[in-house]
Amino acid sequence: MKLHEYQAKEIFADAGIPVPASQLADSVEGVLDAVREIGYPAAIKAQVHVGGRGKAGGIKIATNEDEAREAAESILGMDLKGYHVNEVLVEQGVDFVDEYYVGVTMDRSEGEAVAMVSTKGGVDIEQVAEEDPEAIAQEHIDPAFGLHPYQARKVVYDAGVPAEYARDVTAILSKLYDLYEDNDASDIEVNPVMITADDDVIAADAVMNIDEDALFRHSDLAEMEKDAYQNDLERKAGEYGFDYVRLSGNTGIIGNGAGLVMTTLDLVDYYGGTPANFLDIGGGAKAQRVANALDVVFSDENVDSVVFNIFGGITRGDEVAKGINEALEQFDEIPKPVVVRLAGTNAKEGMEILNTDLVQVEATLESAVQRAVKNAEEVAQ
Amino acid sequence: MSIFVDDDTRVVVQGITGGEGKFHTEQMLEYGTNVVAGAVPGKGGQEVAGVPVYDTVYEAEAEDADASVVFVPPAFAGDAIFEALDTNLDLVVAITEGVPTQDMAKVNKRLSEVDTKLLGPNCPGIITPGEAKLGILPGNIFESGNVGLVSRSGTLTYQVVSNLTERGIGQTTAIGIGGDPIIGTSFIDALEAFEADPDTEAVVMCGEIGGEDEEQAAKYIAENMDTPVAGFIAGRTAPPGKRMGHAGAIVSGSGTGTAESKINALNDAGVPVGDTPEEVADAIEDFL
Repeated sequence: MKLHEYQAKEIFADAGIPVPASQLADSVEGVLDAVREIGYPAAIKAQVHVGGRGKAGGIKIATNEDEAREAAESILGMDLKGYHVNEVLVEQGVDFVDEYYVGVTMDRSEGEAVAMVSTKGGVDIEQVAEEDPEAIAQEHIDPAFGLHPYQARKVVYDAGVPAEYARDVTAILSKLYDLYEDNDASDIEVNPVMITADDDVIAADAVMNIDEDALFRHSDLAEMEKDAYQNDLERKAGEYGFDYVRLSGNTGIIGNGAGLVMTTLDLVDYYGGTPANFLDIGGGAKAQRVANALDVVFSDENVDSVVFNIFGGITRGDEVAKGINEALEQFDEIPKPVVVRLAGTNAKEGMEILNTDLVQVEATLESAVQRAVKNAEEVAQ
Repeated sequence: MSIFVDDDTRVVVQGITGGEGKFHTEQMLEYGTNVVAGAVPGKGGQEVAGVPVYDTVYEAEAEDADASVVFVPPAFAGDAIFEALDTNLDLVVAITEGVPTQDMAKVNKRLSEVDTKLLGPNCPGIITPGEAKLGILPGNIFESGNVGLVSRSGTLTYQVVSNLTERGIGQTTAIGIGGDPIIGTSFIDALEAFEADPDTEAVVMCGEIGGEDEEQAAKYIAENMDTPVAGFIAGRTAPPGKRMGHAGAIVSGSGTGTAESKINALNDAGVPVGDTPEEVADAIEDFL
């Protein structure tokens, strides 16, 4: 789960990491009130979950009220790489002389966290990693002990941070690691850490991603999950408890188990169609859950056709069939054609129950996908 | 022959008194698995499906258990795995989905210090057809034979297995290694065991987006394996930055962990990668 910059900065500030003065605003008037308090120059920053906000026009600097109004009007309500901007962070502009990168992230191939520092901050760190990997100093962290103070110092020295700033940058890194551990973060980054004209060291940006599987022990962070959905469909699916990802195609996909659902998407593409979504109903789904899944997919206006692909292990084919029948019997007319393929546990019983007036039944994964793709083409015409 | 589990494997079920634990214990017993004990704190002295329950894995091990299956809820699963590792069992199979990654980082550290093998978490388990199954795999789709299978996904495994079984191609052992970012046994560990198993004549490897385990496995296959391998990679159409169900199934924003990278690595290692599960079965049939 991604946190917004302003959410992460509140957490940083509470932990004693210096951040610029800022206020959140959701209207042009709110932005103007905020800048009057904060002063100029001020940065007006879109609060959406995408990288590269600056390049995409989501961050503007204002040096007077006219510019602030103009920035607020252009950013609030804009579409930034598919995300609607509802809120901006109004932040004190910082006069800086240098920019660094400081971060802690999970290195999955090593199975442990890694602390990273670079004096090449303020640019895309992935690009630095590719073009000049030597410029990023790294230190792996034993999860049993955490980041030793000597390790924090070492990685800062290794990165070539000048001696006069090393102590402050080390302090930021140590606090970031504590936040990483205390909040079950999967990734926490400051890019850039700015060295100001007054020799202060501050966190000018903040990225913080939380392990969704650990939200059960962070009720404060779980509260923020409602802000993390990209659109109403994801919200609806999230509230039903589905793993759901929306794509841009017109063949809706429902299945059980992540690998099999991904495979179904891939086959839709392979047979010339375009997947509209990933929706995993999970293991052992009962009839109501199946009906909820159909509700989500039918709510997507892009969807012209739906394919159900269920391979029952702990999920029972008869339960799935019951859910499909119940969901579809509510309609006077089925909104979009539905193809069903059931295999595995109780698949035969499920096939017998399925109301074939309402759905098309296919015996294999390949034939089900091909038929759904054909349906999508016909409906789209 | 088989790898990791067989007729002689003696199993303790952690979380045996919960709904899932109880149901799958019955299923495992029905399949013929030697489930010899259960372990649930506070439930010592009870019985589930005729299996004695103990408070700790340590006590349960007195039944000469050498493997455990973990059906403990995510909040307590890390601790349950530690308990099993510290009891020096040979194999721990963690079915639980949703174990926090930082808990698994600590488990992973301990794994490097003990001889115990861990499968999962977030995996369907392991089955040696006709001998034993540890986990939630539906036993009826498997058949004893000469093909090994290792996979990051449960239902995708069932799909590929049914494609094989329908053609009369049976399996030595099928292993789910789990869909999380940090897991115990890797593709390479499983491939190494299949390579050493004289009865395994070909191997299916089902990977998916996220991480670099498939790329490393490809390198291992090219350098160390005589047994032919066929592959499948799920997630070709997955957009970057989105977690596709499994916590580990995510293409990073910078583009690592893509299906394309994995397919290319496998192809370069001489491993055919099917566009469909049927094509994987075709490739295996060609090998045999």
